[in-house]
Amino acid sequence: MNGVFDIIGPIMVGPSSSHTAGAVRLGLAARAIVGGRPSRAALALHGSFAQTYRGHGTDVALIAGILGMRPDDERIPDSFHVAREQGMEFTFSRADLGDVHPNSVLMELTGPNGSQTTVGGSSVGGGNILITRIDRFDVDFTGTSHALIVSYRDQPGVIAKITSLLATENVNIAAMRVSREGRHARALAIIELDQPVSKEAGALIKRISGIDTVIALPPVVSE
Amino acid sequence: MYTSIAELTNAAVSRALTVGAAVREQEALDLDQSQDVVICRMQERLAVMRDSVGRGLAGVRSRSGLTGGDARRMAEARTRIASGHATATGAPMLIGGEPLTSAIAYALAVAEVNAGMGRIVAAPTAGSCGVLPGVLFSVGEIRGAGDAELVDALFAAGGVGAVIARSSTLAGAAGGCQAECGAAAAMAAAAAVEIAGGTPEQCADAVALAFKGLLGLVCDPVAGLVEVPCIKRNATSVAVALAAADMALAGIRSVIPADEVIWAMGAIGRELPASLRETALGGLAATPTGKRIASEINMVRDDAVVGIIR
Repeated sequence: MNGVFDIIGPIMVGPSSSHTAGAVRLGLAARAIVGGRPSRAALALHGSFAQTYRGHGTDVALIAGILGMRPDDERIPDSFHVAREQGMEFTFSRADLGDVHPNSVLMELTGPNGSQTTVGGSSVGGGNILITRIDRFDVDFTGTSHALIVSYRDQPGVIAKITSLLATENVNIAAMRVSREGRHARALAIIELDQPVSKEAGALIKRISGIDTVIALPPVVSE
Repeated sequence: MYTSIAELTNAAVSRALTVGAAVREQEALDLDQSQDVVICRMQERLAVMRDSVGRGLAGVRSRSGLTGGDARRMAEARTRIASGHATATGAPMLIGGEPLTSAIAYALAVAEVNAGMGRIVAAPTAGSCGVLPGVLFSVGEIRGAGDAELVDALFAAGGVGAVIARSSTLAGAAGGCQAECGAAAAMAAAAAVEIAGGTPEQCADAVALAFKGLLGLVCDPVAGLVEVPCIKRNATSVAVALAAADMALAGIRSVIPADEVIWAMGAIGRELPASLRETALGGLAATPTGKRIASEINMVRDDAVVGIIR
C-alpha cells in the first residue's frame, strides 16, 4: 500500500476516514456477512464511536454501509431516509463492549432470510477496518481480500475438504482462522483468499458433510 | 516507488523529468498500468477536488452546526476587493493578494465540505483535505495551468506524501497535526513548484521548508470533531506552503534536507503526549470554550440517543 493513489485519495464522503469511511466499510462487511440487506439492525456504539458519532456521521455511515453504499456515496448523509424508504428498521445505543478498539460497533442484524447474526468490528485508522466477532466467535479479518466464512459442525476432515476444493479451483489461501464453541460443536472458519470463489465452487463447498452455511465475502476495503 | 525525497529528485534530474512526471511514470510501472490509465485516475481525483471547491464556496454547514460558511465569506471579501467596492466604501482591504486569498478560500471550501459530509479527496487525510486543492487551484489560476499540468502537480504531491507515509506517518493519532496539515503543506509546496516550473531540487527544498514551518503542530480537535481548529488550520497551512514554494523558487535552500525533516517529524510525533494526538484531551480541546462546545454537543447527543427507535 501507500502508492500515490492511497495518498491522493481515497475519494470519500467526510469528515473522517476512521469515523466515517471506516464506519461505512464496517456496515458493508456486516451486510455481506448476513447475505444482503437486513430487515432490522440494532447497533451498539463503543468508545470514541459512542462519544463522537453524531458529529462524524458515524451513525449514518454505518447504516449507509448496511444499505450497500460505498464510502464515496453522496447519499451517506441521507442514509436514514433511504433505510426508511426501503423499510429497514434500525436502532442505536451506546455500550461498553469491553477491551476493544475505541472505534468499535456491535451490530445485531436480522438477515434477509430472517436469521439473526451478530457482527462486531472496529475502525482501526485511515478507513481500515477489522471484523472481530461473528455471532459467538472471535474472528480477525480486514476485508481487504476475498474471504469465505464457513459455519460447520466440528469434525475431522471438513477443513481438508474445503481447502482441497479451493486448490482444485486454483484459489490461493492467504490466511485462515478456525475456531469452535467446543468439540463436535458449532465451528467457524474464516478463509481469506487471493481470488474470488465462483458460485459453483461455493455450492460444492456447501454440500460438504457437516457444513451449515458458506458466505463468500468480497473485499470491502477497496475503491 | 520512491523511498526518499532524495531518490525521487535524483530520478527526476537524471531522466530530465519534472518530479510529477517521474512519479507518474514510476506509479504506472508499479501498478502495471498505462500512462493513460494513471492519468485518468488522477484526473478523476482532480475533478472531485474541483467540485468540492465549488460546493464549499457556495456555502455549506457541518453536521454538528459548529462550522461552515467561512469559505463563502472569504470568497465574497475577495470579490468585493476585486470589484473595487471595498475601497469605495472604505471597508478594510484584504492584504494577502493572489494566489494567497484564493488559496485560503479554496482550502476553507474543501475542508468545510468535508465537515458537512460532502465528497472530498483525502490528501493525504480527510482532516487535511483542503490544503492541496487550495494551493493547486490558486497557483494553477495565476499560472494559467491546464489539467495536464495540475494532474502532474498532484503526482508530485502524491510522490512526496508516499515518502512521508513510508518514512514516518500521516496519522494525526500517531504524529499530531504536523503529520496531517504539515504533510499536506509539504505536498502542496511540491505541487506549487511543479506548476511554477521549478526544478526537482527546488521541489525538495519547498517540501523541507514547508514541513519545517509546521513541525510540532499538535492535533487537538474540539469535541473530537474534524472542525475546530482543523478547517482553519487547512487555510493557514496554505500560507506556509506558498511561502515555502516562493522561497525555494527564489533559490533559497533548506539547511536540513527534506528526508531529515521528514524523519524529525516522525520523531517529534513519537514524543508528543497522547493528549495532543487526536484524543481531544489537550490543547484547544481543553480550553474553556472547547470544553463548553464539547459538553453542548454531548447534550445534543444524549437527546438523540433517547428515543433510539427510528
